[in-house]
Amino acid sequence: MFVIDCPNCGARDQSEFTYAGEAHIARPTDSENMTDAEWAEFVFMRTNTKGLFAERWWHATGCRKFFNMLRNTATDEIHAVYRIGEKPPKVTADLPATPAGEASIGSGNDAVKIMTRDEEAAS
Amino acid sequence: MKRYSALELIRQGLGGHRGWDRVWRKPEPKPSYDAVIIGGGGHGLATAYYLAKLHGMTNIAVVEKGWIGGGNSGRNTTIIRSNYLFDESAAIYNHALNLWNGLGQELNFNIMMSHRGVLNLAHDEGEMRQLKRRVEANRLNGVDSEWLDAKEVKNFCPSINISGDIRYPVLGGTLQRSGGVNRHDGVVWGYARAADALGVDILQQTEVTGILTEAGEVTGIETTRGTIRTPKVASVTAGHTSVMASMLDIRLPVESHPLQALVSEPIKPILNCVVMSNAVHVYCSQSDKGELVIGAGIDAQLSYTQRGNLDIIEHQMASLMELFPIFSRLRMMRQWGGIVDVCPDASPIISKTPVKGFYVNGGWGTGGWKATPGSGHVFADLIAKDEPNRIAAPFAIDRFTTGALVAEHGAAAVAH
Ligand SMILES: Cc1cc2nc3c(=O)[nH]c(=O)nc-3n(C[C@H](O)[C@H](O)[C@H](O)COP(=O)(O)OP(=O)(O)OC[C@H]3O[C@@H](n4cnc5c(N)ncnc54)[C@H](O)[C@@H]3O)c2cc1C
Ligand SMILES: [Zn+2]
Repeated sequence: MFVIDCPNCGARDQSEFTYAGEAHIARPTDSENMTDAEWAEFVFMRTNTKGLFAERWWHATGCRKFFNMLRNTATDEIHAVYRIGEKPPKVTADLPATPAGEASIGSGNDAVKIMTRDEEAAS
Repeated sequence: MKRYSALELIRQGLGGHRGWDRVWRKPEPKPSYDAVIIGGGGHGLATAYYLAKLHGMTNIAVVEKGWIGGGNSGRNTTIIRSNYLFDESAAIYNHALNLWNGLGQELNFNIMMSHRGVLNLAHDEGEMRQLKRRVEANRLNGVDSEWLDAKEVKNFCPSINISGDIRYPVLGGTLQRSGGVNRHDGVVWGYARAADALGVDILQQTEVTGILTEAGEVTGIETTRGTIRTPKVASVTAGHTSVMASMLDIRLPVESHPLQALVSEPIKPILNCVVMSNAVHVYCSQSDKGELVIGAGIDAQLSYTQRGNLDIIEHQMASLMELFPIFSRLRMMRQWGGIVDVCPDASPIISKTPVKGFYVNGGWGTGGWKATPGSGHVFADLIAKDEPNRIAAPFAIDRFTTGALVAEHGAAAVAH
């Protein structure tokens, strides 16, 4: 389970928090002039990043405030928490070398770690 | 393809089992194919099989970054049913159910299909009304579905606890007798063997790292084993659907979450059907090995790690104890997670895209296993003809712009 460092309350167990999805999606200001495709983009389309991802959490059973988090979705490592309205800080993360690849640690996907014939022979 | 049969088993047994062929080849990638399927799960392999068998497209490849069936195909709890609320869903899941019947014979592979019945329980008045409505909708669509009161539930599944003294007593449930479970590996291997026999190249440990285009049309793929030329690329990558689409700057309404399952130590037969409960949130069946196979909902956070958090497991075990106090002393043996690609309307995407020659089959979320043969069948049709058929058409991406969603979230009981 994640231990999440709420900017207001400090480190707490994940079960106190509610996930609130991708961060930094601004509500459109010119809504009466938007096309259906623009609405679809705002309402439905998501980046769904494999790697560093900015997302919102809500401390539902604590301070009851929303805040942002920068997490590596390929390893689940939490890199930073920051307040609503702030920009994500610069961090270095252990990212997969290819778009659909696995990071060096923290991936539960052993299917991509199968041994080559040579390694098989050597083991 | 050497046919498997009891006679062949005896014959090979006498020869010390040394005469069996490899189940599929291990080919080198060709420089070009007529079509490439990305993702060697059940859906991808089924797509390849039907492309080769029904559309004569045999110069094709399935490209898989790990081993076939190592994704959600090998991680899911194999619940099969078609009792969804809406017409569009009933059509595709019933199409799949019809194909499951006889698939073992067709593939000449034992997929251990067991139509043992799926119970969806109701625990409050609102849920009862909603499930009864679903029974009626199912019947109109030719889906076998019936309502059982609490006593009838107990008769059908004696190990269940229907006493009134639990937090959410069982008030009744729906039963789809034709629903059930099967062997996930068997399905994957059966499709792989049959597709391979038709000439399909299955390229394992080959990751797609880019999709090539010229003037808005697909021309090939980049892989960890080199470039492959092809006019048609079909992504069937489940949890990685968004990652594939982003290679062509296509935005999708999909989010990837961990979904966990676990199994108990094996015991003698005690649970004769699949039991699912939305309100207390757990589902359970018993495998032929005797293990209880238990699952529930997704982890809330987006993740690609193929593991989830313990609070989810704790919650589903608590729910299981309420429904089956008799399981309370069982030990749990293994737990794992897969990455499921969830759509906002809990329905899949089977679609052409703005890039000519790039097709997407994904967004099946927590419940795509049951659709495997149907999904592959209609997707092959779409790839071969470049037009969706009647069953696939409602699942095109443009529904998120037109608003014609197939909103199965609340409607389809627990989502598996
Ligand atoms: C724990 C769990 C329980 C479930 N229970 C049920 C259930 O009871 N009933 C039900 O109907 N459904 C269930 N599901 C959902 C079901 O498993 C999925 O909807 C379905 O298996 C998706 O099918 P697939 O074959 O496309 O996926 P997968 O088997 O995941 O296949 C996708 C493949 O694509 C490969 N891939 C990804 N990126 C690349 C790349 N760049 N290059 C090459 N290959 C790539 C992956 O390695 C993977 O093998 C469950 C899922 C989970 C995780
Ligand atoms: Zn707080």
